[in-house]
Amino acid sequence: MELFKITLLGFLILCALAASLFKNQLISVIVFMAYSLIMSIIWFLLESPDLAITEAAVGAGISSILFFVTLRKIRILSEEDKDE
Amino acid sequence: MSKIIGNPEDQFFNKLKRWVNGDLDPFEGKLESKHLREEEVKGRDMLDPDLLDKEQVEEVLDHVEKNLLLRSYNFMYKLGAVALCLLLISLLLLTVSYLPKFGSADNPTENEVVQRYIEDGTDEVGSVNLVSNMILGYRGFDTFGETCVLFIAATCVLVLLKRSEKEIEEEKETDWQYEPKPDMILQMVTRILVPCIFLFGIYIILNGHLSPGGGFSGGSVIGAGLILYVTTFGFHKTQKFFNEKTYEVAKVGALCLYSITMSYYFYTGANMLKNIIPLGTPGNLLSSGMILPINIFVGVEVACTMYAFFAMFRRGGM
Repeated sequence: MELFKITLLGFLILCALAASLFKNQLISVIVFMAYSLIMSIIWFLLESPDLAITEAAVGAGISSILFFVTLRKIRILSEEDKDE
Repeated sequence: MSKIIGNPEDQFFNKLKRWVNGDLDPFEGKLESKHLREEEVKGRDMLDPDLLDKEQVEEVLDHVEKNLLLRSYNFMYKLGAVALCLLLISLLLLTVSYLPKFGSADNPTENEVVQRYIEDGTDEVGSVNLVSNMILGYRGFDTFGETCVLFIAATCVLVLLKRSEKEIEEEKETDWQYEPKPDMILQMVTRILVPCIFLFGIYIILNGHLSPGGGFSGGSVIGAGLILYVTTFGFHKTQKFFNEKTYEVAKVGALCLYSITMSYYFYTGANMLKNIIPLGTPGNLLSSGMILPINIFVGVEVACTMYAFFAMFRRGGM
């Protein structure tokens, strides 16, 4: 169990660094999603299942979807500008 | 020839040509092109577009490359940013090292407040889930404020991103992306998965006072299910059971009922609604007084808000 926790924390730091260092925003958002998922498991291990459920639904689900939609909107706008 | 140089309109045309070709002029505004005398022009290649004085150009380039102040500033800027970041990290880590050990008995948080919450919470508020007791019972005022903040945030998004049905209809003809292409695998998976997600969300909301969860988590699960349904089947099909009117009624109704319940709770001195809703036996589904209805109101509110965020960003309407 201790080893599992250490692995999770290592992945957490790795994901946090990777999310900020990736140049491609799409990959960055996906890595952030993975970060939220790991965080939710850690919340569960810290004996706060309430937060784990919320983190999985909001952090990994809805906020990433909103990021995707926003990215798509921005890209469309910039393409229109190029055409003009 | 003299015409080309003398006439400002032709110069403008030259500039326009360069602009269309995409040649950026790095010396725009810094270095004026010199009007050459006719004898000089004869000796020069006429195809050279920007009749610049070469010496002056080199001088400016040298200025940028050899400017010690500018280069040292750029270097120091990066160095300063890294140093500041490292300082902040070390400060935070230092603070963390002074924190008391996680979960030890003599922590400053282990005081009479926590003791009261844990020992008397179930008797006073009536819910087995102690977190639920705290959020909706003892700290009900905070949660009410949070729900109002969520409502205001959703309203702001609505004001900023809402578009009229006419605008959406006009854009739909040229833009296929609002209605997704029918995808066999996605539709099949969604048909199986969405009822389970809704059921799970409802379970979390209704069992908020018995097991981990509650209005906010359950509501966001239902909202995520709605978003999945919309991305698969499109807005047209979703409008059959969840349109703007449903959204308005559900959202405003839930918030109003919530505020009425909370107002009564505050008015009676925050002594729980023992008069209206009996506390019941802790552990039963129908127990814990006002926790269960408030969980339902918060759940509806959050589910509507989550779906509204997505719909506004995606389409500009429900």
